[in-house]
Amino acid sequence: MSLVSLLAQVDVIEFDTPSVDWVILTPLLILSVGSLLMLMFASLLRNLGSTIFSLVTALIGFATAGMAVWLWWVRFEGGDAATSTLAGAISFDGFGLFLTVVIALAVALSALLADDYLSREDLDQGPELYVLLMLSGAGGIIMAMSNDLIVLFLGLEILSIAVYILAAMHVRRIQSLEAGMKYFVLGAFSSAFFLYGIALIYGATGSTNLIDIKNFLAGSVLTDDALLLAGFAMLLVGLAFKVAAVPFHFWTPDVYEGAPTPVVAYMASGVKVAGFAAIIRVFVLTFDQYRLDWQPVIYVLAVLSLLVGSFLAIVQTNVKRMLAYSSVSHAGFILVGVQAATDRGTAAVLFYLAAYTFMVIGSFGVLTVAGGKGDSSHTLDDYKGLSDRSPFLAFALMIFLFAQAGVPLTTGFFAKFAVISAAIDARSFWLGVIAMVAAAVAAFLYLRVIVAMFFSSDHDDDLVPAEGVADDAEADAPGKIDVPPGATIAITLCLLATVVFGVWPGPIDDFARDAIPRLVAEATALGN
Amino acid sequence: MISTLTLAAADVSFPVLTSLILIPILGALVVALLPGGDRAEITKLVATMASVITAGIAFWVLWEFNIDDSGFQFTESANWIEGMGISWDLGIDGISLFLVVLTAVLFPLAILAVDPHHDHTPYYAWILVLEAGVMGVFLTLDLFFFFVFFEVVLVPMYFLIGKWGHGNRQYAAMKFFIYTMAGSAMMLIGILATAFLTASATGNDLTFNLIELAEGQALAQNTARWIFVAFAVAFSVKVPLFPVHTWLPDAHTEAPTAGSVILAGVMLKLGTYGFLRFGLYLFPEASVYFAPVMMTLGVIGIIYGAIAATMQKDLKRLVAYSSIAHLGFIVLGTFALNTEGIEGGILQMVNHGISTGALFLLVGMIYERRHTRMISELGGLQKAAPYMAGVFTVVMLSSIGLPGLNGFPGEFLTLLGAFNANRWFAIVAASGVILAALYLLWAYQRVFHGPAEGENAEMADLRPAEWATMLPLLALIVFMGIYPKPVLERMEPAVDALVEHIEDKVPGFTEPVANVRTADDAEKHGDDDDHSEDGDEGDHE
Repeated sequence: MSLVSLLAQVDVIEFDTPSVDWVILTPLLILSVGSLLMLMFASLLRNLGSTIFSLVTALIGFATAGMAVWLWWVRFEGGDAATSTLAGAISFDGFGLFLTVVIALAVALSALLADDYLSREDLDQGPELYVLLMLSGAGGIIMAMSNDLIVLFLGLEILSIAVYILAAMHVRRIQSLEAGMKYFVLGAFSSAFFLYGIALIYGATGSTNLIDIKNFLAGSVLTDDALLLAGFAMLLVGLAFKVAAVPFHFWTPDVYEGAPTPVVAYMASGVKVAGFAAIIRVFVLTFDQYRLDWQPVIYVLAVLSLLVGSFLAIVQTNVKRMLAYSSVSHAGFILVGVQAATDRGTAAVLFYLAAYTFMVIGSFGVLTVAGGKGDSSHTLDDYKGLSDRSPFLAFALMIFLFAQAGVPLTTGFFAKFAVISAAIDARSFWLGVIAMVAAAVAAFLYLRVIVAMFFSSDHDDDLVPAEGVADDAEADAPGKIDVPPGATIAITLCLLATVVFGVWPGPIDDFARDAIPRLVAEATALGN
Repeated sequence: MISTLTLAAADVSFPVLTSLILIPILGALVVALLPGGDRAEITKLVATMASVITAGIAFWVLWEFNIDDSGFQFTESANWIEGMGISWDLGIDGISLFLVVLTAVLFPLAILAVDPHHDHTPYYAWILVLEAGVMGVFLTLDLFFFFVFFEVVLVPMYFLIGKWGHGNRQYAAMKFFIYTMAGSAMMLIGILATAFLTASATGNDLTFNLIELAEGQALAQNTARWIFVAFAVAFSVKVPLFPVHTWLPDAHTEAPTAGSVILAGVMLKLGTYGFLRFGLYLFPEASVYFAPVMMTLGVIGIIYGAIAATMQKDLKRLVAYSSIAHLGFIVLGTFALNTEGIEGGILQMVNHGISTGALFLLVGMIYERRHTRMISELGGLQKAAPYMAGVFTVVMLSSIGLPGLNGFPGEFLTLLGAFNANRWFAIVAASGVILAALYLLWAYQRVFHGPAEGENAEMADLRPAEWATMLPLLALIVFMGIYPKPVLERMEPAVDALVEHIEDKVPGFTEPVANVRTADDAEKHGDDDDHSEDGDEGDHE
C-alpha cells in the first residue's frame, strides 16, 4: 500500500515507516541483545567461566525486570497509558509488562541454578545454556506483548526452539537427549497446528492483527463461522501444548524427568507463563465475543488437567515426575481463571503465574541440588531424610510444596483463592468445587514428599532404612549436602517471594489487578 | 493495670487481640532462630514464656470483658487486600471469650507437661504456631481469615503427629491432613460464594466481613442452604460428626500427648465454633432448616462414640472415641437453637477441653511410665500411684458428667435445650450419659483396680511438675462444676443475641423453649422485651 502511494507521489517523498517506540521495547532489547553480546564475548574471551555467565545472565534478567517495572512506574502510575507500536504488532500494556517481569525473573533465577549444575555435570564449556535461556525468555516476552498472530508465532518459535535445545543440553544423559527429541517432535507438531490456526483465522477475518480481528468480528456477523471455530481449535491445541494442559500433556512427565533440572525450572515457569499470556491475549481479549464457543472447551481442559494432573501425580515415585504432573494440575488451576474470561479472572491468572513461577523454580531449584551428580537421584527414596542431610533444602522444599498445595500464608494459597474467586464470580461453582477437590488430592502428593524428607529419619524403635545404615557406616555425618551459592541465592529469593507475598499479597495483587490486557491501536496514527 | 477504665477498655489503642495471635508467632520465631542447635531447656523456656504471656493477655481480656455487651468487643480492623474487601477484623464476644481463654490455658500446660524427647526446636516452634492459628480462628471476624487460620492449623498439627507421634503416625498425620483439607475445600467455595453472591445481590462492594454478611442476609433461601452445606461439610469433618469421624481415633491415638491434648482440647472446637459463627449466625434460615439433620448426627455421634469407646483396648483410643460422644452433645445443643442448648454447647466445649485434655495428660503420664496404653497390660495402678488414681477419678467423673463437677452443667443445659427443641433427641442422648459412665468406669476399673503385677506395681506416682499441670485443671473442674455462673453470665448476652438474630432473620421461627417455665427461667427471659411474650412455641421443623 505504502509502495503504491510512494510511486504516485513523485515530487514529495514521504515514506511512512511504522513508528517505533524504542522505550517500550527496552526490556525485550536488554534481554535479546544481552544474549547476543554474551555469545559474542564468550567466543572472543575464551577463558570465561560458567559462573561469570551465570551472574551476567542473572543481572540481565533482573535488569529486564527492573526496566519493565520502571516503565510501569513512569507510564502507568498516572493512569492507563496502553498503546502499541511497530505498526500495531507489539502492544504496550500492564499485562505485557507484568509478564515481562515474571519471565525475566524466571530467566534470572534459572540461570542462578544452572551455574553449579553445569560444573557438577561437567558441562560448563560455554555460554550456550545461558544464551538460549535468554533468547527463550525474549521469545516469551514477545508472546506476552504481541498484538498480532504472526508476531505471536515468532515469539512462540523463538521461545520453543531454544527450549528444545535446552532440554537436550545434558549431552551425556540419554534421558536428556530423549527429552529434547520428544519435546522437539511434539512441539513442532503443535507449532504447525498453531500456524494452521493462524491461517484459518486469517481466512475467516482477513487479518492477523488482533485489533483488526476484534474490530472485524465486532462489526460483522459471520454467516458461516466454521473457519473461525476451526481456527480457535487449532490455536488452542498449539497453546495448550505449551502450557501442558490435558490432553496435550503427554510429553510433560518424560521431558521434565529427562531434561536438566534448571531447564525444567524454566520450562515449568517461563514457558508456561508465555503460553498463558498468549491464551489470554488471543481468547479472552480478542475472541471475547465468541466466548460462548471457546469457554466450554477451556472448561473441559481445566477439569481434565486438574483431575488427570492430581490423580496421576499421586501414583508417581519419581519426584520430578510428580512435579511434572502437578504442573499439569496447576495448568488446570490457571485455566479455571482463564475460563472466567473476566478482568478478575485475568488478574487471578497473572497472580497465579507470578506465584507459581517462584514456587516451581524454588522446587526445581531444590531438586537441582538434591538430585546429586548425574541428576538422577530423584526417586522418593532418595529424598528420605533430606531434612538431616540439608535442613535448608528440606525446609525450602517443604515451603514450596505447601505453597503448591495451597496452604495459607503462602502465595500458592492466595493464587488458588484468586482463581477460584474468579470462577465463583463467573458462577462456575462446579468448576470451583472440582478444582478444590483436585487440590485436596494433590495435597496427598506433596505430603508424600514431605513425609519422605522429614519423617523417615526415625528416632524410636522403628526400622532404620538399610541405605541409611550404609551411609552411617561410611561416614559419621550422613552425607551432608553443600548448597552452592548460586542455588542458595535463587532458592532464598523464591522462598522470600513465596512467604512474604503469601502473608502480604496486596502489592502483587494490586499490580495484577491493574495489569489488564488491552488492545489499543497505536496512538499516533500511521500515514494513510 | 488500667482496671478503672472498664468501659473504655474496648477502645484502648493497644491491639490486644492481635497480640494474642502475634506473641505465639514471635515465640515460634525466637525458638526457631535460637542459635546453638537443639537445646531443650532454653527452647522450652521460651515456648513457655510465650504461651504464658499469651495466657496473661487472655486473662486480662477476660477481666476487662464487658458482661452486658452482647456484641463484639476489643474489635480491631485494618485493610489487608482492599481490592477483595478482605480485612484484618478481630473481635471477641461471649461465645468466643471462653474458647480463647481455654486455648490460652491449655497451651502452656501442654508445653510444660510433656517433653518431646527429640527435635525440641521444631516441636516447640510448631506448637506455638498452632496456638497462633487456633487463636486466629476464634478471634477473626473475616471469612477469608477464618479460612486461612482454619487451614493453617493443619500444618503444625500434621508435623506434631507425624514427627513426634507414636506407632502408625505417618498414616494418621496424612489422614488427618487430607480429611480436613478436603472438608475445608468445600468451605472455601462456600465462603467465596457467600461473598460474591452477596455482593452481586446487594450491589455493594465485595466484603468478607462476617458481621456485614450475617446482618445483611442477602442470599436467596435455596442458595444459602447450599452454601450452609458447604460450610457444614468442613465443620463436620473438624468436629467430627459421625460419617466423617474416622480420622479422629487415628490422629488422637498416634499424636504425642501434647498433640492429643490440643487436638481434643481446642482443635475440635474449631468445628463446633464454626457451626455457631458461620452456621447459626451467618445462615440462620439454613440452620433452622437443617437443624433436625444436625441434631440427628449429633445423637448418632453420642451413641456411636460411646459404644465404640466401650469396645476399645487402647486407653488413649478410648478417650478419643469419648471425644466423639462429647462433641455430639455440643452439636446437639447448638442445633437445639435455644439459649439453653447453645449455652450448654459452649460450656461443654470448654468443659470437654478441660477434662479430655486432663485425661489425655494422664494417659500420657501412664504411657511415659509404662510404655503401653493397652488396657489389658495395665492393672492395679492405684496401689503404686494412689494420687494419680485420685486425680484420674476426679477427671473421669467430670467427663462422665457427675453433678458438682464441670461436666454436669454443660450436659444438663444441652439436654434441657434439646428437650425443649425435640424431646426424643434428648431422651436418646441422655442414654449416652449412662454409656459414658459405663465405658469410663469400666476402663478405670481395669486400669487402676485389681492386682498389680510386674511393672504396674512399681509405677511412680505424680511428680511435682505433673501436679503443677494437673492442679489448675482440677481447680477449674471443681470451680466450674460448683459455680458456673461467672461463665454463663458472660456468654448469655451473646447467646441471647444470637438466638434473637435467628428469630429475627427467619420468618416463622421462634426459639423453642419449655412450655412450663421455672421462676428462674421467667426472670431470665424477662429482661428481653420481645420474645418473652410470644408464648406459643412449637417445634421448628
